[in-house]
Amino acid sequence: MVQHIDGNALAGPLSDLFTFDPTTASARCAGCGDVSVLARAMVYAEPDTLIVRCANCDDVLMAIVQAPDRFCIELRGMTWLKIPR
Amino acid sequence: MTGTNEARDGRIGNWKVGVVTSIRRESASGRSITIDVPGWGGNIAGQHTDVRLTAQNGYTAVRSYSVASAGVGDRIELAVDRLPSGEVSPYLVDTLREGDELELRGPLGGWFVWTPEQSESVQLIGGGSGIVPLMAMIRSHEASGSTTPFRLLYSVRTPLDAFFRAELESPTANLEVTWIFTRRAPSGCSRPAGRITAADLEAHGFPAALSPTVFVCGPTGFVETVATALVALGHEPNRVKTERFGGA
Repeated sequence: MVQHIDGNALAGPLSDLFTFDPTTASARCAGCGDVSVLARAMVYAEPDTLIVRCANCDDVLMAIVQAPDRFCIELRGMTWLKIPR
Repeated sequence: MTGTNEARDGRIGNWKVGVVTSIRRESASGRSITIDVPGWGGNIAGQHTDVRLTAQNGYTAVRSYSVASAGVGDRIELAVDRLPSGEVSPYLVDTLREGDELELRGPLGGWFVWTPEQSESVQLIGGGSGIVPLMAMIRSHEASGSTTPFRLLYSVRTPLDAFFRAELESPTANLEVTWIFTRRAPSGCSRPAGRITAADLEAHGFPAALSPTVFVCGPTGFVETVATALVALGHEPNRVKTERFGGA
């Protein structure tokens, strides 16, 4: 069983891909409708995979898989992502 | 991956090469490491950095560490506790020497942060090395001359496990420090050793009625116990900011 951490840990891995700070971006959970900054999400980290779960209902918001030659991001669990600028 | 990043200059995610300028022992299992990181460009109190170690066979390991310092400039301080089964922390605590190079990216994270413009009371609650980002906030608070009241509850196993002990034993006028010892309390300490409870938060923390901003950092179990107790005491969940680093 992996000890979960939280969305603060997304800042580094996602900085490889995006210019915005994911910890202050808010997402709406497609499962329960909860709106929260990603910093508050629960993160289950494996060496090459990050599973991001809604802190309210535990549904998967986002999955990030890092392969040697590509990143794969699944975003089906969020209706939208709001990014401060 | 590296090649792609190098093509995108100026990104936070770019790996930078820092040089260790000094190392200080904090406890039996932890030490603070001061690093010059050209291009770092300063950080807000509470931000973190990723550290990447690369083995000779090319295997890499990346871990996040909070920055204990805040402010402008390219010199940062980390404080790291050795996790016995860790891949990165034993190297940082036992092997790294002054003058060694280290790959870092950051500053990372803009949510678990405190800035001197914030005027509300601030409650800091740290477990073990969870003190590190809170120390950056304490230092930023002091350096900025902010008179906002700060309180810290710092939970450690024994007095010998405390990081930044000298600094925290003589706090400034606007900072109140309460120690929680979980395994062995020093003689003369009225509270028996034991894990933090709602009663500790109620006795030594700012009351919810004051609407303080609360920062909680530590191992996952510690953070969740404390955050749940704070909400039960009436703190607005949105005013309680948490950062978990896994571990025990």
